[in-house]
Amino acid sequence: MAWYVDRAAQVFVFVGGISAIVFIAGIFVFITKEGLDFVLGPLSLGEFFTSIEWRPTSNNPTYGALALIVGTASVTGFAMLLSVPLSLGAALFIAEFATGKTRETLKILVEMLAAIPSVVWGFVGMSIMHPLIIRVFDVPLGLGVLNAGLILGLMAAPIMTTIAEDALKAVPDTYREAAEALGATRWEVIVKVVVPASRNGLLAAVLLGVGRGFGETMAVLMASGHAINLPTSVFDSVRALTATIAAELGDTVQGGNHWGSLFTLGILLFIVTFVINLTADIVVRGIRKK
Amino acid sequence: MDNGQRGDYAIETRGLNLWYGDFQALIDVDLEVKRGIITSMIGPSGCGKTTLLRTCNRIIERLGYVRTTGSVYVLGHDIFGDDVELVQVRKQVGMVFQRPNPLPISIRDNVLFGFRLHEARTRKVSAAEENDVLESSLRQVLLWDTVKDRLNRPATGLSLEEQQKLCIARLLPVKPEVLLMDEPCSALDPAGTEAVEEMIWQLRGDYTILIVTHNMAQARRASDECVFMLLGRIIEHGRTEELFLAPENPKTADYIEGRYG
Repeated sequence: MAWYVDRAAQVFVFVGGISAIVFIAGIFVFITKEGLDFVLGPLSLGEFFTSIEWRPTSNNPTYGALALIVGTASVTGFAMLLSVPLSLGAALFIAEFATGKTRETLKILVEMLAAIPSVVWGFVGMSIMHPLIIRVFDVPLGLGVLNAGLILGLMAAPIMTTIAEDALKAVPDTYREAAEALGATRWEVIVKVVVPASRNGLLAAVLLGVGRGFGETMAVLMASGHAINLPTSVFDSVRALTATIAAELGDTVQGGNHWGSLFTLGILLFIVTFVINLTADIVVRGIRKK
Repeated sequence: MDNGQRGDYAIETRGLNLWYGDFQALIDVDLEVKRGIITSMIGPSGCGKTTLLRTCNRIIERLGYVRTTGSVYVLGHDIFGDDVELVQVRKQVGMVFQRPNPLPISIRDNVLFGFRLHEARTRKVSAAEENDVLESSLRQVLLWDTVKDRLNRPATGLSLEEQQKLCIARLLPVKPEVLLMDEPCSALDPAGTEAVEEMIWQLRGDYTILIVTHNMAQARRASDECVFMLLGRIIEHGRTEELFLAPENPKTADYIEGRYG
């Protein structure tokens, strides 16, 4: 009897483990299948990457995704500018300075922050940040790179903080002790020992934050202004790749060119996030080997 | 201010008590460690010898829940005094840990870590000077010939014996007067133990060495004076051969003869 239970548990765990691979592969196959006809057929890659004319519903449709790519990149870039120092600072404080109750409370709060739904963040962007930006900077519109970047930065910060903190905690305490016994101050220990020793983990944290930024949809859709535009200032509205898919996919003819073009954006996003996550993974593996 | 009377000893504790939370680990400890010799501390596990050692450079305070009363003088200065800089204490008192703990950087950077830390605070150090310091430190611990061709390789790739020698080597450029060693050979095999002991013996005279050991044979062959501790108190302190041949306190005799511990 016990033998059956053991066997069943084994199969169950194996299926659970392998399902992740099946899902990833499945998603990739599905997106590619939907987009491939379009990519190989009507799409001009030159236009896709260099034109800002995204008019898939026009009588004479054009599929220039440059503005969307720049939109996603600018919002993500701005978000990282904000959240990388913030999260690394928070991680350093939690891992190296905070003790006891403070530490536990902060960790719980950071984890709670990560659990806020993205539509709520989008709502914050629209109803709080939007009027605030108009008032503070005296600009006509508060939905744009600044707003979306701030929101996205705050959204990416918790996951980066958590992973960076794990990386810092993984540095053996004997290193700190050795450096302190040699007369290093707390800051010297952090700067000369802890951060170099956890470099890979910190880099992985940043990369996962970038991946999170690239993939985020709802909050960016709501806070970015969703206007096709090459931004020249942080107050300009932009449109993100993800937001475009979310906003337009419902109105397309399944299997048509517009449908295919949106899946092409999906392929691009998939490749970018896959590369980022893979890099992060390889980097993390790098630490373990040492 | 106390330099006159206190200067005779490298380390002197007066009425030292230490608590971990509610547990008192050191009870009224008066210890005098003479300059330039090797003093060993023996006693059963949990007797407070490591605690006492770790109090001498205040590294014990990393734990956070430690409270002390009484005083510890290192080279005549009260290290718990208000005007004492921890960095200076740590500079004068080097520490070797139970498990070799080289930093995850190159052999060169390990040896020069403390040196750069302290010297770079006040002046610019030339590369030639660094190389001299590097070589002389590694020579003093009898490691130079083994590692001279791989100074830029990670220190964590060395054998445990070599790592422990490296951990001693990196103390020397800072020019400490006292070296605290917490069972420095316990992670090593017999050959490594012998090699490290021999090396420590060579450092005798240039440095005051206080060494905690579990190994009575080691204390006996590799120290000038010996301190026996039990349950947080110093039971006996004397010349090593006398303490082992004719202990004054029956508890010492019992321990040495292996009746407990």
